[in-house]
Amino acid sequence: MSDEEEDLILSELSDDDLVLQMMDDLYDGMKEEIIESVNILLERGWTPYDILTKSLVEGMAIVGIDFRDGILFVPEVLLAAGAMKGGMAILKPLLIETGAPRLGKMVIGTVKGDIHDIGKNLVAMMMEGAGFEILDLGINNSLEDYIGALEAENADILGMSALLTTTMPYMKVVIDTLKEQGKRDDYIVLVGGAPLNEEFGKAIGADAYCRDAAVAVETAKELIARKHNAREA
Amino acid sequence: MTDLLSELLAERDWLLGDGATGTTLFNMGLEAGEAPEVWNETHPDRIRALYDGAINAGSDIFLTNSFGGNYSRLKLHDRQNDVFTLNRIAAEIGREAADASGRKVVVAGSVGPTGEIMEPVGELSFESAVEIFEEQARGLMAGGADVLWLETISAPEEYKAAAKAFQNIGAPWVGTMSFDTAGRTMMGVTAADMVAMVEGLENKPVAFGANCGVGASDLLRTLIGFSSANPSIPIVSKGNAGIPKYVHGHIHYDGTPELMGEYALLARDAGARIIGGCCGTLPEHLVAMKAALESRPRGPLPDMETIKAKLGDFSSESDGLDGGGGSKRKNRRRSA
Repeated sequence: MSDEEEDLILSELSDDDLVLQMMDDLYDGMKEEIIESVNILLERGWTPYDILTKSLVEGMAIVGIDFRDGILFVPEVLLAAGAMKGGMAILKPLLIETGAPRLGKMVIGTVKGDIHDIGKNLVAMMMEGAGFEILDLGINNSLEDYIGALEAENADILGMSALLTTTMPYMKVVIDTLKEQGKRDDYIVLVGGAPLNEEFGKAIGADAYCRDAAVAVETAKELIARKHNAREA
Repeated sequence: MTDLLSELLAERDWLLGDGATGTTLFNMGLEAGEAPEVWNETHPDRIRALYDGAINAGSDIFLTNSFGGNYSRLKLHDRQNDVFTLNRIAAEIGREAADASGRKVVVAGSVGPTGEIMEPVGELSFESAVEIFEEQARGLMAGGADVLWLETISAPEEYKAAAKAFQNIGAPWVGTMSFDTAGRTMMGVTAADMVAMVEGLENKPVAFGANCGVGASDLLRTLIGFSSANPSIPIVSKGNAGIPKYVHGHIHYDGTPELMGEYALLARDAGARIIGGCCGTLPEHLVAMKAALESRPRGPLPDMETIKAKLGDFSSESDGLDGGGGSKRKNRRRSA
């Protein structure tokens, strides 16, 4: 950090520069600066939705790309997500108030028998960072937990995580149950976890296997867009 | 008085480690979601069979069934008040098995990660982590472990906390990390970073190294990263038996005993002195590894092409040490 960095006054930046600065501050995990910038943009009359999509989501996308490419690692991503959360705390009530469009809602959790949650938490944070609403069911979820939450929340996406080769097969049980109940096509099903791979995702009938949190976000965006297009067609 | 592991390392060129604990216990009927450590109490016969499997396959060192036996992991099963007891029994069964073997076999008290993220990004303080590790370590040493064996660690802070805890009780130890993210640990530690960290510890381990991670190829690349940094202490290699595959509703590791034999030879050529397996490694793999190490000569330090040809491709292009891969976006604070 050089001296001139200390001199930077956020409120004196133009909108364009401030948005670029926010992306940089997210990258560096600077929570207080993000909160300050969100408030400045609100004062300048920006809608909460524009602040979310044009600064925070864009900024987290850069974090996601560098995480995917093995340039940033978990500690940096957690700091960035923490900064994002600071901004979201201000925006969330305003987004609801203004009836801003929803990107999509995801129910996420680690499958039954599995108590690992770091990867799942990362995905939840990055998805939230990308503007999705998240219901995190935590660890050790039964198919009733998942399906109940999907229906209660009117969710769009189901995310299942497993870190053990012994718990991976349970994902198929959940997907098969959704099929039996005729609900499979109501949801986008994403799966992830260290021992999984694309082949496994296909074999169990998921929409996609996501290698990491950044890929999960990209995939979710793409599949949601595809679903919307299909509805409109 | 020197510990048994140091003694064996002084006598021998290489030592054979053990294989998978989890895979073996699941094969014995452990249910997903059950805490394996509880079996120390409820199924001591099966734990003994697990240990005997490694001993009979020729392992010089085996790990106790105590990987998740710390306060924060056992809390998930509401057994956080039994940390000392479950660990003591894990080591006691190991002691009996080792003593009955008729040769020198090291009982290594397995200590896994807390599963928590440490400060400043996470919630767990250094002091709490030290306490958590110390409690488990005391149980293992009380049960007769020869050394403590820290494994599958991602965060340098957590490794250091364990080193401090083991120092507090004066126990010799070994510590390995998992390099599963683009050739680094989940927290971004490279092989060279780990060597620098280990060499800087006040309480240095008897040996250090890598376990688990992705496939055998990635692990070999990490070993070469260690060796290139010229560490002053022996290197441990515990790789998975290939990569898990989903076949007809069951999980299979695609690493055959023959492949693990090749892996063991390459690990030795890459500088490892303690060579074992991790997930998916069964006694039959250990037998093949031992046979390969005993019957075939040492080779030169393997290059990436040789590793790829013998064990398969790497999971990422770079491991952060070759100047490949991207670098962090710098100078993020723009001037006004």
